[in-house]
Amino acid sequence: MSRLELRHVRKAFGGLDVLADISLSVGAGEFVSILGPSGAGKSTLFQLLTGAEHGEGEMLFDGMPLDDHGRHFAFMPQRDALMPWRRILDNTTLGLEVQGVRRQVARARVVPLLAEFGLAGFERHFPAQLSGGMRQRAALLRTVVQERDMLLLDEPFGALDALTRAAMQRWLEQMWRHHRWTALLITHDVREAVFLSDRIYVLSARPARVLREITVPLPRPRDPTGAAAQQAGALEAEILDILLNPQPSKGHDHD
Amino acid sequence: MSVGLLLVAWELYANYSGIKPTILPAPSRVFEQATLNREALIDNAVPTIRATLIGFACSLGAAFALSMLVDFFQPLRRALFPVFIVSQTLPLVAIAPLVVLWFGFGLTPKIMLVALVTFFPMLVALVQGYEATEVEIGQMLRAMGAGRWRVFVLARLPSALPYFFAGLRISITYAVVGAIFAEYAGAAKGLGIYMLNAKNNFRPDLVLAAVGVSAALTLILFGLTALLQRLAMPWERIGRQPAGKGPGR
Ligand SMILES: Nc1ncnc2c1ncn2[C@@H]1O[C@H](COP(=O)(O)OP(=O)(O)OP(=O)(O)O)[C@@H](O)[C@H]1O
Ligand SMILES: [Mg+2]
Repeated sequence: MSRLELRHVRKAFGGLDVLADISLSVGAGEFVSILGPSGAGKSTLFQLLTGAEHGEGEMLFDGMPLDDHGRHFAFMPQRDALMPWRRILDNTTLGLEVQGVRRQVARARVVPLLAEFGLAGFERHFPAQLSGGMRQRAALLRTVVQERDMLLLDEPFGALDALTRAAMQRWLEQMWRHHRWTALLITHDVREAVFLSDRIYVLSARPARVLREITVPLPRPRDPTGAAAQQAGALEAEILDILLNPQPSKGHDHD
Repeated sequence: MSVGLLLVAWELYANYSGIKPTILPAPSRVFEQATLNREALIDNAVPTIRATLIGFACSLGAAFALSMLVDFFQPLRRALFPVFIVSQTLPLVAIAPLVVLWFGFGLTPKIMLVALVTFFPMLVALVQGYEATEVEIGQMLRAMGAGRWRVFVLARLPSALPYFFAGLRISITYAVVGAIFAEYAGAAKGLGIYMLNAKNNFRPDLVLAAVGVSAALTLILFGLTALLQRLAMPWERIGRQPAGKGPGR
């Protein structure tokens, strides 16, 4: 049963076609990635979902059309968007505060999660005092405590160095196994998509269309060193090939 | 330090070049006369301070209200900004006597002039500050369900703080100059009229003493804004230190 379903979504900015034809679905408790080249229109897709922009086509959540009132998504923007003037604790409770949750209650909800997110002891710090990886975890915590139906993550680890990114990917995979969030992740890191996802939609360059939908058959917990690593490597190579040679689209039509 | 050197050079020149003290008095003489006339100086500084602070407060209030209006109704910005820009190009020398002519020798024209010279810089600083809000933060807040007012209070206002304080530091110096100018054009009391009278009595030492007082006044106000900024924006100061103090992971 799919929760989010997009059918033939299109979007143009003025004369610039950004999204040509996007159809995708995300099931309950499923981790789905959107993989595409830079500038393809991935962030634009999230803008449509969060209601910041309007496009054409159908966008359904639990079978009902998305409107501006139904707030189904907890959105993590491409940059961490932490407020420099708020301490970490107050940054992570922001979403609850906007929902009208009382400060005490909001804090009580966030505090038990701080350790899991590697932020224990840093709740009184300002964002500028944190490392890149910690900032991303704080932003992620701010996103998940909103307890929305679904997470929208826009390149959460794009700005991190390779080592921190790998560590964060492992951490997120582990977190996801605990919490089983319904999640849609944007990335242009092929390895990240394969490592984290149940399914991957590969997008073309702008104007974006879905080149291929790929189910990742790897067992969880994902292990970057074990027997499945070879299978993962083969999948990564295949996806890279699709991204770099997009013209002879073999698996077209996946409605 | 550089001020000290300048004063020493000035002292030497005034004492040994044979120039008359009625043209260029030595700093020591200025200081001596300032001490002798301190009651008159303080008596005249009080109205100047009052005009500066009240005028500045009025302009801050107006700038803040208008900046919000402009932020919420963008078309207003295009309509109003040319008017404000013109108000900034009016020569103070010509405006000051007119305002005094219309509103008399009391406090009102001083307040108006101080407000006139400080209003626009503050307005521009605030409006620019709101615009400096990170796009992603606004987008995220709206996705959280925040309306325009919430976004303004939670994101745009705090984002404008550094701009606000930069504007404050510049405007506060304009404010003092504006007040003195207004008094120069006509006042019962004030540093401006004190300078004018001293000049007419061929007492450059007293003119310079009053200049010294106004400079000190400006410096104090400037320092106060810097202090205020430190208090209002603790993350700026703390953020620059490394996070070493926190517990390790
Ligand atoms: N508000 C807007 N107005 C006009 N053009 C826009 C707007 N937002 C995005 N675009 C254009 O749409 C295209 C896609 O932008 P988008 O941010 O969605 O790309 P992306 O796939 O997220 O790229 P990246 O991986 O680099 O983040 C770009 O060419 C961009 O210039
Ligand atoms: Mg993007």
